[in-house]
This record gives sequence, C-alpha cells and structure tokens, in this order.
Amino acid sequence: MDKWPDNRAWFLVLPAFIIVAFSGIIPLMTVVNYSLQDIFGPGEAVFVGTEWFKEMLGNYRLHAALWRQFLFSGLVLLIEIPLGILIALAMPKRGWGVSASLVILALPLVIPWNVIGTIWIVFTRPDIGLFGVGINSLDLLEVPFDHTAKPLYAWITLLAMEVWHWTPLVALLAYAGLRAIPEAYYQAAKIDGASAWATFLYIQLPKMRGVLTIAVLLRWMDSFLIYAEPFALTGGGPGNTTTFLSIYLVKLATMQFDLGPAAAFSLIYFLIVLLFSFAFYQALLNVGRGEKG
Amino acid sequence: MGLEWMYWTKPTAIFFTTIFLMLCGMLVWELVSPTIERRGFLMIPTTRGTRFFLGLLGSAYIHLAWLGFTDLALWYGTILSVAWLIIVMRWG
Repeated sequence: MDKWPDNRAWFLVLPAFIIVAFSGIIPLMTVVNYSLQDIFGPGEAVFVGTEWFKEMLGNYRLHAALWRQFLFSGLVLLIEIPLGILIALAMPKRGWGVSASLVILALPLVIPWNVIGTIWIVFTRPDIGLFGVGINSLDLLEVPFDHTAKPLYAWITLLAMEVWHWTPLVALLAYAGLRAIPEAYYQAAKIDGASAWATFLYIQLPKMRGVLTIAVLLRWMDSFLIYAEPFALTGGGPGNTTTFLSIYLVKLATMQFDLGPAAAFSLIYFLIVLLFSFAFYQALLNVGRGEKG
Repeated sequence: MGLEWMYWTKPTAIFFTTIFLMLCGMLVWELVSPTIERRGFLMIPTTRGTRFFLGLLGSAYIHLAWLGFTDLALWYGTILSVAWLIIVMRWG
C-alpha cells in the first residue's frame, strides 16, 4: 500500500498545541519578562538586566534547597522503581485477584495531594496517630518519634508518604508492561532452562523498558516539583531541613513578593528539570541499543 | 485585553522573536531537506531538532555559568553560546 501523502492530520494536534500555549508558553514568557525587572506593583517595573539571576545563582538558600531536592528525588527513584517492579512481579496474573489488587493499588493515586499530607500528619502524630503511637510504644528510639522533632524523622515521614503515594503508579505501569509480554517468550525461556532471575533480566526487564522510561520520568519530575505534600506535612521544617525548591520558590514569590528573583529562580529550576528529563529520556531510550547493534 | 500584565521589555521581545524565527527556520529547513538521524560527538543518535534543542539548552547553561562564575560582560557568553550552537548543529 502506498503511503498516504496527505499530512493534514497534523492539524488535529492544534487544539492540544493551543492549550499548551496558554498554559505553558505564555506563562513562561511572562516569567522571563519578570526575571529581568524589579516589579513594585501593577505597571511599575524597572528593568534590571541579569541582576536577579546573579543574585539567585549565589544564593546559599537556593543551593541548599537544590541539594536537598536532588537527595529527595534520588531517594524517591531508588526506592520507588525497584519496589514498583517487585510489586508488579508479585501481582496475580489472572482471576479476581487482578481487579482487587488494581483497585487497591489505585487508591492512593486518587486522593488529592494536600489531603495526603493531612492523612500522614494524623497517621504519624505521637499522641493519636497509629504509626506515631505505635512506634513510640515500642520504646526503641532515643528521641520519641514526631515528624516535627528531628530532621531525620521529617525526612523519613516525607519519604514514606511519597513512596506510599506514588509507588502504585510505578507498579501499575510495570504491570501493564509485564502483561504485554507474549507467552511465547516465557515458553522459550522454559525450554532453554532459564532461571527466574535470567527470565527477569533478559525478558521482563528489557520488555518493560518503555513503561519504565515513563515511570522514571514521571516520578523524577513530580518529585522534583513536589509541593503540596511537604507543604501540608512539614511546611519545610523543622528549620529549613525539608524546604524543597518549590517550597522556597513559593515563599519567595508569594510571601515576600520578590517576583523578579522568584522568576529568575523558576527559570533556573525549569532548566534543571529540562536537562535531567532529557538525560533520563536519552539514557533509557538508548540502554541496550548498543549491545544489539 | 491588553498585554500590560506580561511586562514585556524590548530585550525579552527580541529574545522570543529570535527563538520563534529560529523555529520557523528549522521547519523550513526540515521541509526543504528532511533530517537524517546520526551519531556525532554527543554519542547519542540525534536528529537536527534534538541538536537544536541541545544547542539552546546548552546556551542557557553557558549564560547561567557566565553569570555565576565570572564578572565579565554577558556578551562573551553569548558569543560562546552561538559557537556552541553551531558546533552541536554541525558535529553533535
């Protein structure tokens, strides 16, 4: 069959493009405009050149928030991706168990994000929370557990919340990838006498590459941009120990109303996200490509 | 509806117009001679669009590094960025 020479189907992308233009490109342009000016109020702005960028690049609070953010997102990926794959491997393949486990897994994903923060505040409270009271009654910790008491506790609580909230997404994606592998691959592996580990390494993992790419990208970006949950849970404390980039950014923009510096900050933030997303995307796209030639 | 709320300035207008014109140029180039995926010094298979994206992204980082690490005029950084863009487009 000849290839259809008409490319007008591309016009169907136009509505999506217009929506992205209004929700993404125009705000981005505005932010670029803000970042070069000192804005005092409506209509009162002074052009300051690259001053805000210079100030933000040398800002030690931003550096601290950035490292914190990298640590957080790194830990999130390290925990959620392997855990999600494990859950997907352990899920039933047929019968009523499939629907049941899918529904249970999807539950955390449909809860509004700030509600998640509130749930975990209650869950970890040392006076009434199930987890807080439970762990303190064991009497194992030197300082009784309270996520506002120690930076370490705040981090553990945040990570536990993030893992609880988003591992199901990774698991669902990985499960979809696993389900898409034809039975013939497993039969071939069986004939060759492949171990479970070899089957995983040479059949399941490569076949899941596409969905895992999406999972890593989504989890990386979402955890890098995380705001609502830590805002509700710790508010960036104790001290500044859980002040991630977006929390610091919102403080700068809406509480201190430093629009210029905040805009410069968000552009730097945007560039970091862009670079890492591109790098992850390329890495996952090209992994294993070289071996097969 | 006015555009006052966007706080346009002449430099940013020039900046975005340049980017827009470059994208239009890429489109025309693609229509005239479609890109072929190849591998350059970046070691990854890239199309013309990927190299363009990396050129712009790299330029942004060069400007940021210039602001963060030196007190020299930003124009030198811009010259460096243009050089980077050309190098990536040609050999990347």
